[in-house]
Amino acid sequence: MRKFITHKYLFLSISYFDCAYSKRVELALRLKSIPYEYMEEDLSNKSQLLLEYNPVHKKVPVLIHNGKPISESHIILEYIEETWKTAPKLLPEDPYERAKVRFWGSFIQQQLFESILKLVTRHGEAQEKAATEVIERQGVFEEGMKKYFGGGASFTNEKNWGLLDILMGSTFGAYEVHEETSN
Amino acid sequence: METHSKKMAEVKLFRTWSSVFALRIVWALKLKDVQYDTIFEDLSNKSPLLLQYNPVHKKVPVLVHNGKSVAESLVILEYIEETWKQNPLLSEDPHERAVARFWAKFGDEKVLPSIWEACNSEGKEQEEGIVKAKENLKYLEEELKGKKFFGGEHIGFADIALGWLAEYKNVFEEVASMKVIAEDEFPLLSEWKRTFADAPIIKENWPPRDKLVTRYQAFRETNLLNKAPK
Repeated sequence: MRKFITHKYLFLSISYFDCAYSKRVELALRLKSIPYEYMEEDLSNKSQLLLEYNPVHKKVPVLIHNGKPISESHIILEYIEETWKTAPKLLPEDPYERAKVRFWGSFIQQQLFESILKLVTRHGEAQEKAATEVIERQGVFEEGMKKYFGGGASFTNEKNWGLLDILMGSTFGAYEVHEETSN
Repeated sequence: METHSKKMAEVKLFRTWSSVFALRIVWALKLKDVQYDTIFEDLSNKSPLLLQYNPVHKKVPVLVHNGKSVAESLVILEYIEETWKQNPLLSEDPHERAVARFWAKFGDEKVLPSIWEACNSEGKEQEEGIVKAKENLKYLEEELKGKKFFGGEHIGFADIALGWLAEYKNVFEEVASMKVIAEDEFPLLSEWKRTFADAPIIKENWPPRDKLVTRYQAFRETNLLNKAPK
């Protein structure tokens, strides 16, 4: 137990594919070549450490840096960006460009990801409704990408991955598995 | 100076008079002494400009700066913070910034919906709603230990995001005949409410209370009617 407390960087998460939130943080840490230690949580039997470091939500992922916890994946991503200035930059420099990334980041999270969750957790008519919603929102998202980002391969117009790429990768990477499990 | 005033004149805020989300933008702009024009929207009859500036959600508030639009109140707050650097709302320290953002998000995702829910229900449902709201408020009470504001000595990002509590809570309590933040149960939060509500810029910008009561009374009546078994 004592071993990981003394480590500088620590990262609490679960390893399952469906934890896109954790995947995002991992992607960001790896992209920036930040060494970290990964600790798996069993959410049906939460560790003392998790309850101590995220008493409000008792959820993963949680990043612990120099003993201080940060929770909520998008907040962790901003923290990583601000703390480790190594390339690649996850957010553009210009405030307006950053606002666009944050807006669409929020859209991916609140509109897309949540409607996909509904899709895989519901059945029958509710699932059909969720499917329609997903398609509709993906349409809005694609329109938005074309209009605001020029529809390029990377959202930050650079060769490297940025925040939106991370959010998209972590949200849709597991998509195929979702498709299989929910027909 | 000319460029500065030109920059100032090109800020527009689309809002409704009562929205808690718009209010936080007003506070942020005023705290940073940014001049702006207000366009009040009637959400039952949205202007073509609003639809142009926020085509995705078609909602307010929207900030338009030099013709470029920013939507989602917390995204707008970050934009304001990064564009106008005077009177910073966020600390320089990344961890403190993360904490401020956490409480802002907590307010929007947990506190506001739970109080809104309690305000729009009655009887047993309301009692349960109040219990839930209080559970959320306990975390805020805890966070205020040893602090004047969520931002420390000065009003910060989290205070702005949670600021609606300082006045709207009274409105909701009156409208729904309930008590959510009692002085003895939440002494720190009660003190914060008073201090925040009384701060110069904040004090001058509350929407008229009686109008708010009327408005939320109407919401409550409609919502209760919709909930009633048919």
